[in-house]
Amino acid sequence: MSILINRDTKVITQGITGKTGQFHTRMSREYANGRNCYVAGVNPKKAGEDFEGIPIFASVKEAKAKTGATVSVIYVPPAGAAGAIWEGVDAGLDLVICITEGIPVRDMIEVRDRMRRQAAQTLLIGPNCPGLITPDEIKIGIMPGHIHKRGRIGVVSRSGTLTYEAVWQLSELGYGQSSAVGIGGDPVNGLKHVDVMKLFNDDPGTDAVVMIGEIGGADEETAARWVKDNMKKPVVGFIAGVTAPPGKRMGHAGAIVSGGKGTAQEKLAVMEACGIKVTRNPAEMAKLLKSVLK
Amino acid sequence: MKIHEYQAKELLRKYGVPTPRGVPCFSVDEAVQAARELGGPVWVVKAQIHAGGRGKGGGVKLARSIDEVKAIASGMLGMRLVTHQTGPDGQKVRRLLIEEGADIKKEYYVGMVVDRETQRVCLMASSEGGVDIEEVAAEHPEKIHKVFIDPATGLKDAEADGIARALGIAEVSSREARTVLQELYRVFWETDASLAEINPMIVTGAGRVVALDAKMNFDDSALFRHPEIVAMRDLDEEDPAEVEASKYDLSYIQLDGDIGCLVNGAGLAMATMDIIKFHGGRPANFLDVGGGATTEKVTEAFKIMLRNPSLQAILVNIFGGIMKCDVIATALVAAAKVVSLKVPLVVRLEGTNVELGKKILADSALPIISAANMADAAAKVVAAAQGRN
Repeated sequence: MSILINRDTKVITQGITGKTGQFHTRMSREYANGRNCYVAGVNPKKAGEDFEGIPIFASVKEAKAKTGATVSVIYVPPAGAAGAIWEGVDAGLDLVICITEGIPVRDMIEVRDRMRRQAAQTLLIGPNCPGLITPDEIKIGIMPGHIHKRGRIGVVSRSGTLTYEAVWQLSELGYGQSSAVGIGGDPVNGLKHVDVMKLFNDDPGTDAVVMIGEIGGADEETAARWVKDNMKKPVVGFIAGVTAPPGKRMGHAGAIVSGGKGTAQEKLAVMEACGIKVTRNPAEMAKLLKSVLK
Repeated sequence: MKIHEYQAKELLRKYGVPTPRGVPCFSVDEAVQAARELGGPVWVVKAQIHAGGRGKGGGVKLARSIDEVKAIASGMLGMRLVTHQTGPDGQKVRRLLIEEGADIKKEYYVGMVVDRETQRVCLMASSEGGVDIEEVAAEHPEKIHKVFIDPATGLKDAEADGIARALGIAEVSSREARTVLQELYRVFWETDASLAEINPMIVTGAGRVVALDAKMNFDDSALFRHPEIVAMRDLDEEDPAEVEASKYDLSYIQLDGDIGCLVNGAGLAMATMDIIKFHGGRPANFLDVGGGATTEKVTEAFKIMLRNPSLQAILVNIFGGIMKCDVIATALVAAAKVVSLKVPLVVRLEGTNVELGKKILADSALPIISAANMADAAAKVVAAAQGRN
């Protein structure tokens, strides 16, 4: 079992004709059942053509109608990416995953507002995220497939390579993953830690969750409070940025401690108070998980 | 991206927000000339640096004569202004703003930021103006009034009026306050700001509402559509190492430790700094080389780190996903040869083609200390920095 996606998911690539879109569509297609999952691409100027056998349509609506796809992944450059998200939402997709980094915050405020206003059912993951994977079934995004292993641990994180590090540690210790989700490092995004946590809680294929956060905002605290009241499964956590100086943006647009808020220490303290075992040592994320499963 | 107070005020004036009359100056002569043009009897000489807390540090002074303007400007230009935001070395003052004096009856705080939870722009206002708003937020949160602004409508009349009432602004000035608040939102939204503050916003003896100080920051991701904002960038105010790094699309932030870090990915880069500290060391920088580390990028990254006189050792931590380990290893070897490394280099590689990457490092004959995992890497680099290897 898994959350959000599985071997039967049909995926549209928005931005399939760009270099990044092509590269990652190729890699994702080669992973597990990818050949059957990647069924369409979108580019209004190249409708009727194909990318290595994947048909290209003029719009997401048309791609959905012709292929039955319910999920899209976006590699569109920043200036047009929020528009691409809206196109996926407007087409009534179940899930839109936006990989693009560097989308203006104002564009995200507008598209998220439109989604709320129209009570859209579409879930959004990202932007500025690695995507998500259900090992041995399907990979949607830019993560290296081979470090993952099929199993029963859920992983949710705001980061890319730090997620890979956690997954790798888990796989090394023999813990496979049910799904691993990168929700992205931007301040205004789609699914939050708490939303993914709820999905893992309801997934019979997930036994425990590794939650990885970083400085900035209060998403981790919100998730921790929800875990305390509702979670039926063990959760362990790590927060990156204990050493981050205040007022500086640490790579990710959302990774900033402002006005003394959003510090790693504060997040770790709330998580601990909510019964989540945390480590301050990023080399021991999987070991920590092992300790709570015994 | 940050701009100076005088630049923020220029933007506000374009949107119809009243500010004191003022002139930016780069020399004492210009300051004297500006003071003459503005006319007396009172002037304010304000140091223009990007950090806040200038008043307490001696960067804002009142002058009652042209001679006094001259004396203050001579003292201020070139001084290193230390505030709680500059660090102990302070920031060199290169620009001044000479303004007419204002008749302050009452000071308020108004500011806007993006609220992550509601995903809207949040207007914050307080009757405690002219002071550090973060202290007010910590000690008297009830004195901060907030509106989460609907992006479809902007700040509504009723919302702006509600804030003016909550601040206790008199009826006679409330219409002007509404304009200032609504225009502040409009400039925030239209310029893709990430922060806009008027602190203090004042009501004068005559009941006018005026922006006495102003601060604006902008969303770096939106600068591509605002050449007029980019034109206001002042590189003198930025860390030269960070500016240099940004030319190569490297994300670099200097810290006060002695162990340089070169990592791919922002989250892993932070975690690498954290594990160095966990093992008793002190990171010298945050450095994310991003997804496509070429030989050129890695070389520049090494050069930038090596400019730091405190540097005692370097830790490279790469999780090769899309970026293959053999490619990064080749880049590392080439870069290390170009810059002739004089400090110990610890490398931890993991991910795609890791065995090939390790072989390239081993065959390079460079004195690279290889590490098996993050913990091993941190232990080794901390030992190396302390001369214990």
